[in-house]
Amino acid sequence: MSSEDSSPGMALNTPLLNELESGPWPSFVKDLKEYSKKRPQIVQLLNQLEESYENKWNYWLGKIINVPGYGGGVIARVSEKADKYPALANFHTVRVIEPPGWVYSTAALRNLADSAERHGAGILQLHGMSGDILLLGFDDNGSMNVAEDLMHDGWDIGGSGAAMRTLQCCVGQARCEMACFDTMKTTKFITDSFIEYLHRPEFVYKFKFKLSGCANDCGNSIVRSDMPIIGTWRGPMQVNQEKVAEFIDEKGLEYLIDNVITRCPTRCLSVRGKELKVENDECVRCMHCINVMNKALKPGKDRGVTILVGGHRTLKIGDTMSSVLVPFMKLETDEDLENLKEFIERVWEFWNDNGMDHERIGEFIHRVGMATFLDGVGLEPDPRMILRPRTSPYIKFEELAPSRFGGEQAHSPKVWNRESEGPETAD
Amino acid sequence: MSERPMAPRDQGAPDYTQYLHPLMAKNYGQWDYHERLRPGVLVHVAENGDKLYTVRAGSPRTMSADTVRKVCDIADKYCEGFVRFTTRANIEFLLGDASQLDNLIGTVENDLGWPVGGTGPSVSNIAHTQGWLHCNLPGTDAAGSVKAMMDDLIEEFKTESFPNRVHLSTSCCQINCASHGDISVIVQHHHPPRINHDNMQICELPKVVAICPAAAIRPAVVNGRESVEVVQEKCMYCGACHGQCPSMEIRDAQTDTLSIWVGGKMSNARTAPSFMKLAVWGLPNNPPRWPEISAAVRRILQAYKEGGKDWERIGEWIERIGWQRFFEKTGFPFTKYHIDDSPEALSNLNRSAMVRL
Repeated sequence: MSSEDSSPGMALNTPLLNELESGPWPSFVKDLKEYSKKRPQIVQLLNQLEESYENKWNYWLGKIINVPGYGGGVIARVSEKADKYPALANFHTVRVIEPPGWVYSTAALRNLADSAERHGAGILQLHGMSGDILLLGFDDNGSMNVAEDLMHDGWDIGGSGAAMRTLQCCVGQARCEMACFDTMKTTKFITDSFIEYLHRPEFVYKFKFKLSGCANDCGNSIVRSDMPIIGTWRGPMQVNQEKVAEFIDEKGLEYLIDNVITRCPTRCLSVRGKELKVENDECVRCMHCINVMNKALKPGKDRGVTILVGGHRTLKIGDTMSSVLVPFMKLETDEDLENLKEFIERVWEFWNDNGMDHERIGEFIHRVGMATFLDGVGLEPDPRMILRPRTSPYIKFEELAPSRFGGEQAHSPKVWNRESEGPETAD
Repeated sequence: MSERPMAPRDQGAPDYTQYLHPLMAKNYGQWDYHERLRPGVLVHVAENGDKLYTVRAGSPRTMSADTVRKVCDIADKYCEGFVRFTTRANIEFLLGDASQLDNLIGTVENDLGWPVGGTGPSVSNIAHTQGWLHCNLPGTDAAGSVKAMMDDLIEEFKTESFPNRVHLSTSCCQINCASHGDISVIVQHHHPPRINHDNMQICELPKVVAICPAAAIRPAVVNGRESVEVVQEKCMYCGACHGQCPSMEIRDAQTDTLSIWVGGKMSNARTAPSFMKLAVWGLPNNPPRWPEISAAVRRILQAYKEGGKDWERIGEWIERIGWQRFFEKTGFPFTKYHIDDSPEALSNLNRSAMVRL
């Protein structure tokens, strides 16, 4: 049971927060104040928040509780001011895996609202920065009960800690002509295939996937995830020259030159009369021209994904951005999905066998080097993985350098024979 | 606990196919093109000619169960019971019947009170973090400054008057869970962590030592108990240790400040994705409405609106005109703190003779 009635008589005292009620943008303060009339514990929440605003200080501490069978998903919060605000003594967030693409029926939303209200404070956040549905304000029992109710209704609990985290993807083929693969299906496939890794943290640190149907990256994958999966295509893009001519008639040739031709990052577009020429071999699938001329231009028909690796935010070595790991992979059939699953397992195995505690995969690659990483996961180096080759000449060439540590060498030296030199150290 | 049997575990992601608007389900993977009919309103046209209208509105992200039910009432009335949300906490009402567009927009704006907009070259809703409402690490609130900033920017949300879209984000500590935006706000600390040696026993000391990116933390015995010490010169006040161990308090209500960063970009269109760069530092953490933040963001937006060319994001505009011009046009001072001293610092210097004089 929730502890909402523990202090039914407390009055709202929020002069600073009240200043966030006015103005045209929707106000969470106004909403929660109104709602507090039937949920007295929210009075305590707002009063504590008011103290934060007054003192510029935070009063939440963390603790760890888990739904039976799970090792994450409940973000436990206890108030330092529980004496004053007993309803906040335990006021946890429960993360719930969102439908891929954040699509909902109202029945599903009402079910979430009812569950949130039945067992907790009845506050929802749509959505958390990791993509999850967040339900706020459960005590220990309430957290367990809402989790059971949600799981009975077909939902599942989201990830936290050193685990595969809840996935996030763009709307994809459900409502976008640019999506080059089925982001929703793939998101559900990865989630379901590895659900034990989401619920029972056993990695060296967290691992996030984000999926986008094209390089516009509405899923924010390259900057914000450990493994972005982004739709792309091989071969020529589709050009409808009639629609190109219509575009020129409507917008003018200058607009086409200023905003399409000259904005192409590889200068692979040119216009002859009202015809658009594309040097498809030079196109890097950035999506700009398709964005501007989305009736005339479309991604090519031989579609798949580019997989990158290593993005994460500042902690600890500073921002890392994901970089190309697999330039192209087909992702249409069940077999393709199984290939992806195997590939992910290989990456995880090498990272978790060799990564240090609390080391994101981008930090791991930064430490051991991308070449070592490729070796570890069994990928051949590909020039599409880099912007340019190295400029530093200090290199340990395995084929050319002797081992300094004795024992058998991995490769026969081509210019120097260890045996003819004798042992490095005396026996 | 209830008497019921335990619910099934490990069910995975919800079956999204049951949550697709009928026109989405029918035309899945068969869309031809889309247009913006007016700010906040999209139409997606399928290859068979079907049209699905989307009315996008800014949500406060945090909402009561009753507000969610109000959203549902609207979606039941107009949208056959289907909606979706976006990366930036916008809601999208999905509509098959164009004749109902005005009624739907009126209902959303007037009854629900959520503004319609956020499409195309507008300022979209602000991605933001938990802040004082529910995080254990925040140096400031996020939802409050978002509300105040969007009050100020609502016309920019409801119109499409910029060279390209503008994504904003606010984060309540330097971990920056809300991530990079065209304009981003984060908190910065200015002292090493204050160690509560009497309460270090709740923390795993080896992990506390290991997490420091500056190798500034080392084991120490203090007053006969195992604890750690921080090498003050090495510490860069990042707060990594505070996330690992609550007994290493990094925040300071008196001295923490906010900073504004520009030029983050997620998309690959035209140019590769880019990180945000420091624009303004030392702004006060000033609840309840953080007017200094709104004013600084407004100044950046104004300069971008005046100087950016069609399709240039803020970072692309600045890279074209140069950072010298950016600081001139916004009037913000350029200081030694803007010069990078991270491991990537040298690659962020102007290593050429190309200088605007």
